Amino acid sequence: MTSFKNRAAVVGIGLSPFTENCGKTELRTTCETIKTALEDAGLTPRDVDGMIKQTDDASDEHAVTSAMGMPNLTYYGETRWNGAPCGMMMRAAIGIAAGSCHTVVICRAVNGGSKLRTVPSMRTSGQMSTSDLLHWTFHAPFGLSVETGSVAMMTRKYMAQYGIDKDAFGDIVNVCRENGARNPDGFFYQKEMTLDEYQKSDMLIDPLRKLDCRQEMDGAAAFIVTSLERARDLKQTPIAILGAAQATLPDTESMAGLYRKDIAGMPEVAAVGKRIFEMAGVTPADIDTAQLDDSYSPLVPIQLEELGFCQKGEGVPFCSGGDQIRLNGKIPVNTAGGSLGEGHIHNMNHIIEAVRQLRGTSINQVKDASLGLVVSGAGGPASGLILGR
Amino acid sequence: MFDQYLARKYQTTQRPAPEANLIKEKTAIVGIGATEFSKNSGRSEMQMASEAILAAVEDAGLKIEDIDGLVKFAMDYTDEMHLVSTLGIPDLKYFAECGWGGGASCSTIAHAAAAVATGAANYVVCYRGMNERSGNRYGRVPGVERVMASPNDHYGYIMPYGLAVPPSWVAMFTTRYMHEYGATAEQLGWVSIVLRENACRNPKAIFYDKPATIDDYMASKMIAEPLRLFDCCVDTDGGCAIVVTTAERAKDLKQTPAIIMGATQGIAEQGEMMTSYYRPKISCLPESWYAGQELWHITGVTPKDIDVVQFYDAFTPLIPMQLEEYGFVELGEGCVYCDGGERIRPDGELPCNTSGGHLSEAYLHGMNLINEAVRQIRGTSTNQVQDVELSMVTGGLGVPTSALLLRR
Amino acid sequence: MKMTYVQGIPILRPYIDFDNEEFWKAHQEGKLVFQQCKNCGLTVHRPRPMCPRCLDTEPNWVESTGLGKIYSWTTFRYDRAAYPGIQVPYIVVLVDMVEGVRMLSNLEGVEPEDIEVGMPVEVFFDRVDDDLVLPKFKRRET
Repeated sequence: MTSFKNRAAVVGIGLSPFTENCGKTELRTTCETIKTALEDAGLTPRDVDGMIKQTDDASDEHAVTSAMGMPNLTYYGETRWNGAPCGMMMRAAIGIAAGSCHTVVICRAVNGGSKLRTVPSMRTSGQMSTSDLLHWTFHAPFGLSVETGSVAMMTRKYMAQYGIDKDAFGDIVNVCRENGARNPDGFFYQKEMTLDEYQKSDMLIDPLRKLDCRQEMDGAAAFIVTSLERARDLKQTPIAILGAAQATLPDTESMAGLYRKDIAGMPEVAAVGKRIFEMAGVTPADIDTAQLDDSYSPLVPIQLEELGFCQKGEGVPFCSGGDQIRLNGKIPVNTAGGSLGEGHIHNMNHIIEAVRQLRGTSINQVKDASLGLVVSGAGGPASGLILGR
Repeated sequence: MFDQYLARKYQTTQRPAPEANLIKEKTAIVGIGATEFSKNSGRSEMQMASEAILAAVEDAGLKIEDIDGLVKFAMDYTDEMHLVSTLGIPDLKYFAECGWGGGASCSTIAHAAAAVATGAANYVVCYRGMNERSGNRYGRVPGVERVMASPNDHYGYIMPYGLAVPPSWVAMFTTRYMHEYGATAEQLGWVSIVLRENACRNPKAIFYDKPATIDDYMASKMIAEPLRLFDCCVDTDGGCAIVVTTAERAKDLKQTPAIIMGATQGIAEQGEMMTSYYRPKISCLPESWYAGQELWHITGVTPKDIDVVQFYDAFTPLIPMQLEEYGFVELGEGCVYCDGGERIRPDGELPCNTSGGHLSEAYLHGMNLINEAVRQIRGTSTNQVQDVELSMVTGGLGVPTSALLLRR
Repeated sequence: MKMTYVQGIPILRPYIDFDNEEFWKAHQEGKLVFQQCKNCGLTVHRPRPMCPRCLDTEPNWVESTGLGKIYSWTTFRYDRAAYPGIQVPYIVVLVDMVEGVRMLSNLEGVEPEDIEVGMPVEVFFDRVDDDLVLPKFKRRET
């Protein structure tokens, strides 16, 4: 059977500064970050013929092609939900493998901190009855109106089911912040966190503390993906897409499906993990770094379980003290800091770091890293990637 | 800027080679489904989508458990995750969205075909459910709040001047088209009348059994000069769905497969949603030219090989303009070609929109056009063209567009 | 023909952001400006964050002569397909400016049957609301 394994490669990356207020439109940041990624790849806008965007992203194909002078695209589309990042990479790889295009740009820019946002799409203009908001219709009237609430609900059940102590997630936050504190590109550069600070951090939605949650900020990340063949003639070491997958299952909701039998797990992540390991032909033991969705710290141990890095229910003990997930540990996690320690642009920066590790240019370089795993959208419609050099 | 299009020189050197295209001849449409088309469905858009998907899956001779991919319109309110729970799809491996309203129609097939061709999924359903008649009608000005909630700032350059609805956006292109090529209202009228004739023979069409003459066309209400009511599509409630898989799997299924020769997308510089007025030339559809060039490039087919076409026809002028951009006639000759209607009737040189199209069957954002293109391959259209080998469909205009070529 | 706005229905406002505010602000001072690239001199409309020719991100804002010719137009005749805040009929035009860019606006002072492609026009500024000045066009004697 044909496959899109090892047919496409990441050849350019761009990352904007993370700020509280960048003072620019999201479209301007998008164009600048794509320009950086193209320069990194040694390409120009005229080389681009594909584009995949996050559905809710403000900068559409028209705006970007008009501003950057891209004459024509033959493959473009949108991917929704928090699980979009790896899913977008998968669509790029599919389009390239199918011969629909040769060079795809993917960018996500969010003015989450400054809120200087281009108004998002019409579908969220206050109409509760639309079906993508179906589950909010049943939650919001009771005051559960933000995704943090759904994650808190899931976390509470997870803690009860596996006997996890209060504040046990502090070690995970700590490792992310340690990594982030060494990363000059990150929002939390030189801002290490102590466990004491964590324990004193405000309780937002019990059991989630403020420091368990990613912070809204302004930032952007862009990628250039092209065929492995073309990639070999370009400036950078090609980082091949060896495995990529998505999963939506019955009772999946946009964040933490609360109606499934066992809510202390993430079956979508398990399905994604199975598919990407199978596709890449590797096992968890072969992976050198894992960039996991850490929008909320409790998501990390559950992903480690679902992906098979540890047994079910052992995610928290696995992360306890942090040594097993540190740079020289069993599986280094979120080596640039992730959402909690580097910055939050909806998990796009996690893929950037996976690429840096494989290029050997990470600020927290894992020695001889040759396989990197990324997960986005933990808890909802999920996606995953295995990249290799 | 725009040099490639103005010189009509498609640069294929940068394109992936046609031999590298995994969609061509290796993928197929194996199931189609639709709800009834009406002015008031009385049910939710999610139910419309679900009914259409079940119908398409059954038409293909498949079970819902076989479905492992869904491609939706970005502007469709019915999300794949709720369909998964509603229909009982056990494991969705591929889900994707295509933007730009009706421009997404053939794009959904392009992405679904790429997914099955590369093994990302086995059976992908593309769908659209819309209560566009009883709900939010696109032809009416939306509420102030919704206009201001535009995802981009381009509304700011048209709305304050009152250029507020799709017919007026297309009217601006049409004025210019008529000015440059001397096209007449009667010529546009024949497009409308031929499609109405087709709908009169299609029991599913909104305008079934409701004949109209060219005099009726000329007497119809002026909406935004030069466009009359009969130049505009019929707002509809309905749902459509299409099942895509590999040509190999199609062999074992119930229906004659409609083999996908090519499914392409096209976008051009300096575009904006239906108001790309800042280009050197606006009496044309550059996106369609790009989608067409890529389609001919991949498939090796030429316009004269095509047996029947379903052109995206939200407004009458779009048919003559597409005849030009896809290369069926020279620039400026589209309207003359449609004059009198003979050439575009089911027994003409190039039968167009044989179900009645958006103007007279239903406006389902292009998805009902794909269904009709498949029926023409199967030989089951109510306006069946004889011995169809190659059946073509195009996606929405004035936006990033798409095109699809099917063969028996 | 002069446009008549319906009391009580707000005129739809542009969405003003960092990339386009210079264009909209200038109208308050009775000026029409276009974005021109500082690096390569390309003039574009609508405003955008980057020059599509050289990818420079810094624009100049150059004042327009306000002179142009009609490129295309449409007349709104049917109230249910028009913006309810403006009485039909009203005319929307595309104007090719002498600076080489095209812009969309209204035409006033001309009857619909007298308009033709190529008609010379010039800009004037209409304060349509306390906070909103729109550049509109009228016939120009050559």
